Amino acid sequence: MTLELVLFFILAVIAVTTAVGLLTSRSTIYAALHLVTNFVTVAIFYLLLDAPFIALAQVTVYAGAIMVLFLFVIMLLGIENIAGELEWKGLIWPVVMAVILLAEGIFLVVQRIGKNIYVESAGTELSNASTMAKYLFTDYLLPFEITSILLLVAMVGAIVLSKHEKPAKRGLEKTR
Amino acid sequence: MIPVTYYIIFSAVLFSLGTLGVLIRRNSLVIFMSIELMLNAANLSFVAFSRIHESFSGQIFVFFIMAVAAAEVAVGLALIVTIYRSRHTIDIDGMSSLKG
Repeated sequence: MTLELVLFFILAVIAVTTAVGLLTSRSTIYAALHLVTNFVTVAIFYLLLDAPFIALAQVTVYAGAIMVLFLFVIMLLGIENIAGELEWKGLIWPVVMAVILLAEGIFLVVQRIGKNIYVESAGTELSNASTMAKYLFTDYLLPFEITSILLLVAMVGAIVLSKHEKPAKRGLEKTR
Repeated sequence: MIPVTYYIIFSAVLFSLGTLGVLIRRNSLVIFMSIELMLNAANLSFVAFSRIHESFSGQIFVFFIMAVAAAEVAVGLALIVTIYRSRHTIDIDGMSSLKG
């Protein structure tokens, strides 16, 4: 058992534990913190897989920006406490479904991939970020630009959705 | 030297846990977090496959998935805030006004 394998199993245990903690936590704040830990653990997996750019993007975008947005909304609405929401009685069928899904996934993986493909821990020639940039701005330039439009649309949509409707009503009263 | 099967199975475990979260929780914020968990599991298998095929396309796709996830979170949380303002709950069983 090599050092990498030991690290893999420790990280896997942490990630699965935090995912279970997300499912069972009584408070949305704790659920969000469990998810942050999970994202950071997955970022270390990306480092193991020789993808440092993706790992850093994972930490900044997921564990940073997205989870801060979640925490903002939780604290803005004041919905930290969700006690008594999880019922153990109705838990059987969802668990059975999830276990069936997992068994199907593992069966297909073992059947199609086989066990003899190993991830070699050899560094690539170019550094990861510059290679990513080369691909992003040559082969994938159009999807990259479409992503910027998507983010703009999401931003405008979020502002429109969460805006109060008061100015329109005021205008209506004036016309009356 | 880690077999790539381990990464894919681990990704399947995370994805199943996310599915379980969507099925068992009634709080829409926690359901949303479970969806993020599932997206993350898919990202992990993308990176694992990109590593064994020595191709960067998988990592590019992960980059795009992250951008789409960020957009989805912004719009989804705005929707949750709007629903909370009008119904004063984010419990998904409380959102049944279209039920007739």
